[in-house]
Amino acid sequence: MADLTTNFLGIKSPNPFWLASAPPTDKAYNVERAFEAGWGGVVWKTLGSEGPPVVNVNGPRYGAIWGKDRELLGLNNIELITDRDLEINLQEMKAVKERWPDRALIASIMVPCEEEAWKAILPRVEETNADGIELNFGCPHGMSERGMGAAVGQVPEYIQMVTEWCKKYYSRPVIVKLTPNITDIRYPARAAKAGGADAVSLINTINSIVEVDLDNFAPVPTIDGKGSHGGYCGPAVKPIAMNMVAEIARDAETAGLPMSGIGGISTWRDAAEFISLGCGNVQVCTAAMTYGFKIVQEMTAGLSDWMDEKGYKSIDDFLGRAAPNVTDWQYLNLNYVTKAKIDQDLCIKCGRCHIACEDTSHQAITNLVDGARHFEVIDEECVGCNLCVNVCPVENCITMEQIAGTDPRTNKEIDPNYANWTTHPNNPMAVKEPAE
Amino acid sequence: MSENPFASRDVQTGRLDQDVYDANFDDLHAPLSQHEAQVESDRCYFCYDAPCQTACPTSIDIPLFIRQISAENPTGAAKTILQENIMGGMCARVCPTETLCEEVCVREEAEGKPVKIGELQRFATDHLMATTKEHPFKRAPETGKRVAVVGAGPAGLSCAHRLAMHGHNVVVLEAKGKPGGLNEHGIAAYKTTHNFAQLEVEFIMGIGGITTKFDSPLGEAVSINQLRDEFDAVFIGIGMGNTNALNLDGEEAEGCEDAVDYIEKLRQTDDLSSLPVGRDVVVIGGGMTAIDIAIQTKLLGAENVTIAYRRGQEAMNASLYEQELAQTHGVTIRHWLQPSALITNDSGQISGIELEYTAQANGKLEGTGEKVKLKADQVFKAIGQKFDSSVLSDAGIELEAGRIKIAEDGKTSLAKVWAGGDCVAGGEDLTVASVEDGKVAAESIHAFLSR
Repeated sequence: MADLTTNFLGIKSPNPFWLASAPPTDKAYNVERAFEAGWGGVVWKTLGSEGPPVVNVNGPRYGAIWGKDRELLGLNNIELITDRDLEINLQEMKAVKERWPDRALIASIMVPCEEEAWKAILPRVEETNADGIELNFGCPHGMSERGMGAAVGQVPEYIQMVTEWCKKYYSRPVIVKLTPNITDIRYPARAAKAGGADAVSLINTINSIVEVDLDNFAPVPTIDGKGSHGGYCGPAVKPIAMNMVAEIARDAETAGLPMSGIGGISTWRDAAEFISLGCGNVQVCTAAMTYGFKIVQEMTAGLSDWMDEKGYKSIDDFLGRAAPNVTDWQYLNLNYVTKAKIDQDLCIKCGRCHIACEDTSHQAITNLVDGARHFEVIDEECVGCNLCVNVCPVENCITMEQIAGTDPRTNKEIDPNYANWTTHPNNPMAVKEPAE
Repeated sequence: MSENPFASRDVQTGRLDQDVYDANFDDLHAPLSQHEAQVESDRCYFCYDAPCQTACPTSIDIPLFIRQISAENPTGAAKTILQENIMGGMCARVCPTETLCEEVCVREEAEGKPVKIGELQRFATDHLMATTKEHPFKRAPETGKRVAVVGAGPAGLSCAHRLAMHGHNVVVLEAKGKPGGLNEHGIAAYKTTHNFAQLEVEFIMGIGGITTKFDSPLGEAVSINQLRDEFDAVFIGIGMGNTNALNLDGEEAEGCEDAVDYIEKLRQTDDLSSLPVGRDVVVIGGGMTAIDIAIQTKLLGAENVTIAYRRGQEAMNASLYEQELAQTHGVTIRHWLQPSALITNDSGQISGIELEYTAQANGKLEGTGEKVKLKADQVFKAIGQKFDSSVLSDAGIELEAGRIKIAEDGKTSLAKVWAGGDCVAGGEDLTVASVEDGKVAAESIHAFLSR
């Protein structure tokens, strides 16, 4: 049996699956149900400053996109940070941590960008014995209009400044949660590191309008005829999140900075992918909101079974293994030549590969051979783009096969040695020796 | 010593309670719900040069209409269907999709579960008919040309609609007192519930430019030559007219019934309990009519229904799906049996049938001499229909294999006369094929009138 325990910044948890700071971690009742279900940790729903709590809209606060069978692919929300009293949250956190000492409990915090505000709340959070804090610099809706959340996360200088305050007034680990609503994730990550952050967590939700109601011409969710952009999450955002994780993992300035992966994680496989890109653990929200806390059973069992199958004894055995393989385009091997190959026994003759290639790519797949419906790759035309693989409805029916010798498309010998754009003769900036 | 089992006979009306009749003759499949249609439409791969479209006798753009359903435009989906097949609603109900579009669906090849094209087609066409008052197609400006269409069945109505759309004026002459042809008189009741055949005729007539004369049988009320004189063109879509006989003694006895006639009575009655049905029923034949009469007598309360077919299972004209439908309704299908004698009781009524086993020898079907007797309160003949060419009088239309010979565009050997549907040679005896015949002939007539 693989060991799923993680030690993230010294915070131990029985498995790498934490619930992200969001509605599922709103109060003790939910969090205890989550721990009973088997979650390794939670990041409590974001706390605000002392005083009257924020208020939420009283109309709908979620919107979604679905597959045809109502599979929830993306969720959007306009909910704000906790609307419960600060003291009640702190008391509940302390009590829960006492009852569940083996689980991770992190406090998420969002207070105004003033040192006093952080100085006031941090000691009180420290008293709860929460294992660490996560700075909510991410929420793109509502709070950002008041200069908090994403409004801070979009300014690297603010991130660094606030992180420094937190390190000054708080003794346990500080995790900075990053907003994806920026042009280059490396800048906020570098700022967090410069401010002394122990880790970053990413991504928070993405600014979005999920739907326009065409009867009243208003965004969904619609509040009395109007709508506001919300934060987008769920399976649809996973590719965006993984790229940002990888960018931080391979940036010289931030490489090695611990990361907590967030963004559309719904199964053990999603989690394994984030971990392989360098995330010490993962945070889940939408999947739990869609199916309930029980899904963690699939996640832990699936991850454990896969690790057993691969011979990984602990999470560390594959942590970050994919990160070195994420590189710049210019370093990709231009002598790696592939051709699509269609397995005629598996082909169901739908013709999607043909029409995709014919209309939108390289006219490299037949539809008729000797008058019969037949789909075959024309190696002389195939550039190996993989579109046919992606549109084929049959798994493994079309595969990309590396070829050696002469490329029938170019009629040139394929050099068996690695060579990339940096040395390519067509590159006006080409250098004589390939860059590594 | 047991008494002669063929002495007694049990034929009754009102075998079932009214609610059982209602349930038995309700829709074979409940229509797809909005959500079911969405999920099912998502299974379509939107194939290139789709095999389903090629297999459809009317060449409906199936991938496109399914994508329109998927994109929440069922009205647009219906228009896509109806522009190729104005009887898309009926065809969605009665087409043997398992041997047409769904047989070649790539999902059939992939997993043995084709996209439910027929049910999706019904979803779209039902939606349009339920929500749209206006006819979906506009007539071209009036051409002043007049066309006579003989027969208000699928071929005739399809032809009439297409001609009207092109701006011609159409007079439909129908032998019976009601339009619809076999849609109204022949299709199994559970496939076209809630008076759908008539609703569809009304829908088709909604294009305008079509008038109908009922009780006008060809050869009696009117002749081909008369019509040729009166109209600019003539289309004949009069179906078969006659049925084949067993040619056995006792065929006129009470209880030896023509399946087509009985189904017509069943379709036209308001009171299913008024139909007499036996306890033991034997059906002779292997086509759709045999299946339809077998299932419907079972649904009327017959206890034992047996189809006897003279060849093997694979030779049956009824599709495998239809055979299974009969079997799941409790009908027994027996193969390699041909009728050799009808058995009557003392009152001269049918009480049984003697069948002879058959075998294929040297490419020929032969009786083996071995025989079996089955109890039968009713024997239904469902051994095919034949064209009644006498109605053509002496107009001089060329026939082929007993039916009207036509060219690819529906033209007969007679100038100004086209034909289609079951009355023409090479016809497939399918609603959808008749609709296509009518459409093709209408285009040819239109080209002729537009010279």
